[in-house]
Amino acid sequence: MSVDIKTLGPAIALILLCIVGFLLNPAFLSEGNITNLLTRSAFIGIIAVGATFVITSGGIDLSVGSMAAVIAGVMIIVMNNAVDVFGTGIATVLVGCSCSIVLGLGAGWTNGMLTTKGKIEAFIVTLGTMGIFRSLVTYFADGGTLSLNYDIRSTYRPVYYDSFVGLPIPVWVFIAVAIAGWILLNWTAFGRYCTAIGSNEAVARYSAIKVDRIKTWTYVLQGLCVALATIIYVPRLGSASSSTGVLWELEAIAAVIIGGTVLKGGYGRIGGTILGALILTTIGNILNFTDVISNYLNGTMQGLIIIVAVWLQRGDWGRRSPPTS
Amino acid sequence: MHEPTNIEAPVLSAESVSKSFGNVPVLFSVSFDIRAGEVHALIGENGAGKSTLMKILSGFHETTSGAIRLDGEEISLPLNGQAEALGIVLIHQELNLAEQMTVAENIFLGRELSQNGFLSRTEMARRVSAMLAEVGLNISPKTRISDLSIAEKQMVEIVKAMSRDARVLIMDEPTAVLTEAETALFFKQVRKLKACGTAIVFVSHKLHEVKEIADRITILRDGQWITTKPTGQFTLDGMAQMMVGRELSDFYPPMNEADVDAEVILEIRGMTTKNLRNVSFELRKGEVLGFFGLIGSGRTELFEAICCLEEKLDGTVFVSGKEVSFSSVAEVRDAGIVYLTKDRKEKGLLMEQGMRPNITLLALPKFIRHFMLDRAAEQKALERGIRRFDIRARDPKVRARELSGGNQQKLLLAKIMEADPRIVVIDEPTRGIDVGTKQQIYHFIAALAAEGISVVVISSEMPEIIGICHRVLVMRSGRITGELTGDAVNENEIVRYAAGLKEETSRG
Repeated sequence: MSVDIKTLGPAIALILLCIVGFLLNPAFLSEGNITNLLTRSAFIGIIAVGATFVITSGGIDLSVGSMAAVIAGVMIIVMNNAVDVFGTGIATVLVGCSCSIVLGLGAGWTNGMLTTKGKIEAFIVTLGTMGIFRSLVTYFADGGTLSLNYDIRSTYRPVYYDSFVGLPIPVWVFIAVAIAGWILLNWTAFGRYCTAIGSNEAVARYSAIKVDRIKTWTYVLQGLCVALATIIYVPRLGSASSSTGVLWELEAIAAVIIGGTVLKGGYGRIGGTILGALILTTIGNILNFTDVISNYLNGTMQGLIIIVAVWLQRGDWGRRSPPTS
Repeated sequence: MHEPTNIEAPVLSAESVSKSFGNVPVLFSVSFDIRAGEVHALIGENGAGKSTLMKILSGFHETTSGAIRLDGEEISLPLNGQAEALGIVLIHQELNLAEQMTVAENIFLGRELSQNGFLSRTEMARRVSAMLAEVGLNISPKTRISDLSIAEKQMVEIVKAMSRDARVLIMDEPTAVLTEAETALFFKQVRKLKACGTAIVFVSHKLHEVKEIADRITILRDGQWITTKPTGQFTLDGMAQMMVGRELSDFYPPMNEADVDAEVILEIRGMTTKNLRNVSFELRKGEVLGFFGLIGSGRTELFEAICCLEEKLDGTVFVSGKEVSFSSVAEVRDAGIVYLTKDRKEKGLLMEQGMRPNITLLALPKFIRHFMLDRAAEQKALERGIRRFDIRARDPKVRARELSGGNQQKLLLAKIMEADPRIVVIDEPTRGIDVGTKQQIYHFIAALAAEGISVVVISSEMPEIIGICHRVLVMRSGRITGELTGDAVNENEIVRYAAGLKEETSRG
């Protein structure tokens, strides 16, 4: 069998980046930095796993960054108000987390229903909800910043800062979401249906697939992933403002595409998505370590990587001959 | 041998052309030539190498060995359709029209008329109107392609090619989706082009059409050149035999007598949709029921409405005597009813996926164990399908797109049979597939009926309706206008019902 550059490409790119990072500064491969890098990747990575399902089934969700911000904002408000009833213990944090999950599922369901039952293009729907969510968080924060009650913050803090068997908790959540996503996409009927719908919606409909229901589920799943990412994000800073989660949607989509999932749907790879998220975070990390390129050019580097990745996938690497008859 | 000025000299010719894709040879030293002012038909089974030869002649494929001559000069044709500049135009089987653009924009695509840098839209529309009128196509140049029927799209494609002043026009099954009336109009245009000296290559599976329009016929089989002779020296049977390389004695399978007392397994009463008016019929166990009608008579719509693929306004469905009300295609499938679409490429198969995910897609719940897909069971299903339906693929991992039309149809059959249906509806079972595969599919249908499965065959091909159906219902303008059984199933009667010359009043 020939080497499939499409599958191995992201892995090779990540290894090359790591080598470059090490050559620029050996501290890049220190345990502290690696852990930091993985933790940072977790937010985008978890969201990108959800995005993989949406994109594989032919949709797109632009609202995830704003959704994360509004969920973080509402979580903080709810927890601050819950202190009077539940005190500053774990109960309040659990109330906040439940609230996050419910909001995530609800927001995803709304995106899904508007796209399927409302028959509005996903791009338009999520562009709309992106604006709505973003303005809501600004409104809740009254243009400023929502801060979490100091006492709850110390209860909640370990979720981001503590480790379990050597790895920070966000990384464990990331791993769990990635494995669950991989199984769901590759080993269940749901994953197969997502691929079929993304390949050709008419064929899916004629094959007794409940297209609208499956598509809605992908957005709900995306919402759930955003909720999980927000739950581990809030204890990091303990605040939310209108600048929370800005451009996360683009980073998530970029991670998915770098990983080899096809933007127009029909082919998705969770493993690739994980690598994509790691690549994006690694670029930023390397720039922090070196003076050769300004840290302000982070976006430029990420942009270049995305374009190169898609260009490599576009090539006719190992493609079969056209049909004969 | 020929002087270049000789009328008999070929405009375009292939000499001992061979072609391999990777290690797989698909053409073996084939010679073929086209003369000005003749129609040269190219026939053969799916996979015989017709499409490859046509793509070589029009510069979409390079040859592995052998020469291409244009006006006697050896030439290497420019790739990717640039050969159009040399007057060689290929009309693909898959139409190449920009769906969201208008008819006029498509016809002038790439060579728009302009004045002072602005498009002369009125002038282009005027010319296109004239061209459309000439072929008897009653559509506006401003219509979007996506609003046209398949037949109309095909005609637009043909008008487009004719408007390019082609010297050599290569057409891959242009009549596959045309009705007889449209085909007649199309042939009139072909004769006109021929008279103007255009050299035409015509590929079709409809042998009587080949006989009617072609001056010479070349037959390919398994990538080999079999013969080239003037049409007059062939009979229809002779052509079919040379294509498959064996006798076609039992083209249609022997028909079991229909059991008139068999249980009524499906009954439809008063089905009404946007284009259907009050359609009622019954289907018995083990029966092959034919639905004949012209394009747009509502046959497909009727069964799509039954299967929840089309909106139903009114009507009741009874399965085994019990009234049912389906709300999803999955429920229809679970009731044992499957519908095999006529549009394999757009509605039937995931073209970019392999055979395995395709074959299990309809019946996927059957392949789940402990919430996970059972890949081993899926693999078994694939092997079962390949064996039962004789699917021939170079490699079981090929994508559906790479299969020939006949094998795609067999894959689709295998896919719907995985749902273990009691009622199978097959829309145009043999559209665009070769004689040998056709015969196989007829035998599959007869075997299904013999097993007690009820089969509905929707077809525009009269011989196949007559050859395999116990009973035939004829539709016209959204209504069933006639029912024929036994000896009454003949061409004359069917045509009279289909054309509206006769109608059973009782069906009102």
